[in-house]
Amino acid sequence: MAESRYQKHIKLKGFGKEGQDRLTQAKVLILGAGGLGTPAAQYLNGVGVGTLGIMDLDVVEESNLPRQTLYSPDQIGLSKTDSLIQWLHQQNPATQLINHQAFLTPENALGIISKYDLVIDATDNFGTRYLVNDACVILDKPFVYGAVQDFEGQVSVMNCQDGPTYRCLFPESNQNLMIPNCDENGVLGVLPGLIGTYQALEAIKVITGIGEPLVGKLLIIDTLAQTHLKIGVPAIPQNKNIKALKPNYHQPMCASNNTVKQLDPEAFYHRLKKNLPYQLVDVRTTEEFEQYHLEHATHIPLQELQNRHLELDQNKDLILLCQSGKRSLQAASFLHETYPTAKIFNLSGGINALESSTKDEALRGNL
Amino acid sequence: MKIHAFGVAKEITGAAMIDFPVDETFVKVKDLKNLLYRQYPDLINLPSLAISVNLFYASEDTLVNKHDEVALIPPVSGG
Repeated sequence: MAESRYQKHIKLKGFGKEGQDRLTQAKVLILGAGGLGTPAAQYLNGVGVGTLGIMDLDVVEESNLPRQTLYSPDQIGLSKTDSLIQWLHQQNPATQLINHQAFLTPENALGIISKYDLVIDATDNFGTRYLVNDACVILDKPFVYGAVQDFEGQVSVMNCQDGPTYRCLFPESNQNLMIPNCDENGVLGVLPGLIGTYQALEAIKVITGIGEPLVGKLLIIDTLAQTHLKIGVPAIPQNKNIKALKPNYHQPMCASNNTVKQLDPEAFYHRLKKNLPYQLVDVRTTEEFEQYHLEHATHIPLQELQNRHLELDQNKDLILLCQSGKRSLQAASFLHETYPTAKIFNLSGGINALESSTKDEALRGNL
Repeated sequence: MKIHAFGVAKEITGAAMIDFPVDETFVKVKDLKNLLYRQYPDLINLPSLAISVNLFYASEDTLVNKHDEVALIPPVSGG
């Protein structure tokens, strides 16, 4: 360890060389290289965590750049883990950086997490968050939870000593359809930077034993009002009684392998013209649907799909669409789980993509 | 009663802090939930909504009255 690099840490009362040595020995896995994962990685790497694993399969997108500030426009389309590891290596060449270019799934979770001491949950969907929780409970690993939406964030340290787990905070339900999932909500650029940095701080506290980590506490921050609440959360002992992962965590398409096929506008129109039986399903709200909709579309708002999926003809190809392609992906993912043999397609980019497609007019004329 | 509403609960209630009219007497959290559902029916669509009373997670049977600080905390997924 380069003592000159860490002299400010070593000078810290209650931290010292011992704290620094603990960081050097620590192995931390960061799940998700997005809004939360990048700031967490930047600081954990900067402070000298000896081994850092980075796990994600996404590529950099232009809309990531305002909040995932370690990526640059020339990396759009490139692997996030490759890009981030390159940056981290420049920042601190001494760190052992491990590239897990995959999404966390029930198949790979236990094998990968078992190699680390602590996990940063910087994922972006509920299914994966329950998978992270269950794998960490089974392996007895603490994890630092962080989540953001709009202008608000949540942080907590889970499964640490006798503290609660994610299931103690939020019981699992597939009925929370009003809550945005999987990077579909808006978020102000600065917010995940704050929350991801809090996650790094909490990880350092757990690793080095300083201060009081947020064990049994949920920190909720509303950055507009600057309301910071620290809520006590009791542990529910039976939630620690997990012996095996479930075969399926209902992870959305954006975070798992799945067989929903994506149609871009050209493929979409091409398909409609092929004269195969299909049903177009628009999952936007009634208000959006009334404003504008495609001629043959069946309308079932996403929130109602759970109760109304029997209205669909699963013998036809089901083509799901919404405004941007994200809600419809959620719907497609749900339908795929409900009807594994049905042919389900998602219109990627949604109605926005159809509208910006130059061939739109001509193609629509053929409908 | 002052109620903090976070995340989707804030969207449903329309404000980060709502002043919710309740009687002086104590009620159980499950009763408070029913009063809230009557005023804001979309809250029913949040089965994982957590409720805290005086900065601590409450159970369905926790007693609450108008002087308590309540928060509606839905899960949040974004990363």
